[in-house]
Amino acid sequence: MTEAKLARLSDANPGERFRITTLKIEGTMKRRLLDLGFVPGSEITVLQKSPLGDPTAYRVSHTTIALRKEESDHIYGERIGNE
Amino acid sequence: MNKREYTIALAGNPNTGKSTLFNVLTGLRQHTGNWPGKTVIHAEGFFTYKNEEYRIIDLPGTYSLYSNSADEEVARDFIIFSKPDVTLVVLDATALERNLNLALQVLEMTDRVIICLNLMDEAKKKGIVIDIANLSKKLGVPVVPLAARNKEGIEELLETVARMVHGEINTTPLVVAYSRAIEEKIAKLLPLVKEVVGEEYPARWVALRLLDGDTSLLHALQHHPHHFLKEGATYACHCAKSV
Ligand SMILES: Nc1nc2c(ncn2[C@@H]2O[C@H](COP(=O)(O)OP(=O)(O)OP(=O)(O)O)[C@@H](O)[C@H]2O)c(=O)[nH]1
Ligand SMILES: [Mg+2]
Repeated sequence: MTEAKLARLSDANPGERFRITTLKIEGTMKRRLLDLGFVPGSEITVLQKSPLGDPTAYRVSHTTIALRKEESDHIYGERIGNE
Repeated sequence: MNKREYTIALAGNPNTGKSTLFNVLTGLRQHTGNWPGKTVIHAEGFFTYKNEEYRIIDLPGTYSLYSNSADEEVARDFIIFSKPDVTLVVLDATALERNLNLALQVLEMTDRVIICLNLMDEAKKKGIVIDIANLSKKLGVPVVPLAARNKEGIEELLETVARMVHGEINTTPLVVAYSRAIEEKIAKLLPLVKEVVGEEYPARWVALRLLDGDTSLLHALQHHPHHFLKEGATYACHCAKSV
């Protein structure tokens, strides 16, 4: 798979699944995202956006975690369609 | 010799049943307050088992102990500086993969760990089967299945805690192996860290934190000058940057 095809997690819509390829960020935010379970190779389900569009709830490794767009913007991977 | 009181810490991800277990163990013998200088709730309780006194601390639920937040810092500092006699890591048996992240972090910090596999009733309902003996063998510490809300597994847990505080359980915590590049740096740093912190702190863990540029740990260490030479901490950090 080429880099050019990678989508951002923030572009995925509710109901869609997403497989993480890479986190394009360093430092504490990367550390925090990894600790929350957003690790390369893991599969995420987009649950729902809050009424104002931000944050968005994700299902990751059997737990629901909400991320703001400024966080999900740094998570790259493949959109693998609806459940 | 005077009877001593043993200290038990409860660590784990959010929502894994730590407070439920804390309440089962302590009943009404508990009180809450704030950690000094922090807005994080501190709950402390007491219980007696087989004529021995235990103090138990309900730490904030966190996904990590790398101090990204005040909660994580409180939990980390308690394990490192208060050195509980036993740390109970409470895991959600229905989300083991996620929960093991924190368990492995705690195993890098102390070898006096008991894994509490909580929510076993939920796991059973979901058809999740866990090979407890094998998990315990792999992690190198006791693993006790629990359903804290139904008060199931409490006796076995208390018995395991008692045996651990009496030194009757030998643990061999799993050592996470990092990439060759990182292992080489750890090897370089270890003698230095041991020289500075002595036997007082887990040297491999301190080396890893320094390599990660963990400045909050450095500050915490400097505020414990009785255990840690002030200049030593800065020096060790300086060396960590150079390797
Ligand atoms: N089914 C089941 N539910 C449990 C069990 N233990 C705790 N719970 C429930 O899980 C929820 C969370 O329990 P808490 O004890 O508050 O969890 P905690 O780890 O203290 O949570 P934080 O303090 O937020 O980190 C509550 O609704 C409990 O009733 C259990 O063994 N089985
Ligand atoms: Mg709690």
